[in-house]
Amino acid sequence: MGIDKGEIPGVALTTKLESLLGWGRKYSLFLYPFVTACCGMEYMSVACAHYDIDRFGAGLPRFSPRQSDLLLICGTVSHKIGPVLYRVWEQMADPKWVVAFGACASCGGPYNNYATMQGADVCIPVDVYIPGCPPRPEMVLDGLIKLQAKIQNRQIPG
Amino acid sequence: MQELPEYLSVLKSRFGDRIEEIHAQHDDATAVVKRDAIVEVCAWLRDDEKTLFDLFLDLTAVDYIGRKPRFEVVIHLVSIPFRHRLRLKVRLDEDDPVMPTIIPVYPASNWFERECWDLYGIKFDGHPDLRRMFLQETFVGHPLRKDYPIAKRQPLIELRKSEVRRNDESVEPRPA
Repeated sequence: MGIDKGEIPGVALTTKLESLLGWGRKYSLFLYPFVTACCGMEYMSVACAHYDIDRFGAGLPRFSPRQSDLLLICGTVSHKIGPVLYRVWEQMADPKWVVAFGACASCGGPYNNYATMQGADVCIPVDVYIPGCPPRPEMVLDGLIKLQAKIQNRQIPG
Repeated sequence: MQELPEYLSVLKSRFGDRIEEIHAQHDDATAVVKRDAIVEVCAWLRDDEKTLFDLFLDLTAVDYIGRKPRFEVVIHLVSIPFRHRLRLKVRLDEDDPVMPTIIPVYPASNWFERECWDLYGIKFDGHPDLRRMFLQETFVGHPLRKDYPIAKRQPLIELRKSEVRRNDESVEPRPA
């Protein structure tokens, strides 16, 4: 960034601040696991010692949407739980991100019937989709890294 | 044709015409029971010392659309002392899909009957609390009936986009 060399050109300061904020945000994700189905098991696998999502700065699940900034939708979203998911998402403070974890949360997966919402993005906006039934933990980490790239490049509104 | 197990022949001789049909294939003994006799048959099967079907396993329904009678309620029973299994069927007409509840005999059938009402629209006469089991109270229709539109959706909130999948009939989001 050039700061260590003592060069802080005034013109570029805004960009640097955004970059610094993005860097801080992307490595301190507090995630809310919205676990509705079996992908939750895969989430546990990612979170535990073998794959250890904490290495990427997302190791602290908060079981309150008000304390979290990453909504991880693990599993099938039914129409019945739709209002609950929407409310959880609304309760989260900005800036917030949403990851659809697995095929069901991405597009409804194998279910296309009266009960199942065809992906969480039918109800709330989703940033990263992780396919797979369930996804391998490596894919989840890959998805997380892609999300981090997105967070890093995010413009600060206003 | 497999030889009928003894309890099935005993059941037939005990109830006569009120058992419409009995058969046994691949160790699956089945009796088709008249609607009005089902409670009595269940009670007898549970209590008679030759049958002792003390475990209620399952109650569900099948929609044979186009056939008369259209619905078949299927009850699975197990006798723990004898290691016997028995399937009871009750045929119900489309215009009158009602059968008496078997809760007095098998209290465990309570939620199964609610599920059956929820998804097939079969009423259980005498059920203490026949509400929907799984779907929301505002849901219209019974989705496991074969004539329920396969692409019909009943979302509870306003959707951001249509739920149409490729090759689907058009499914529009509910207006707000």
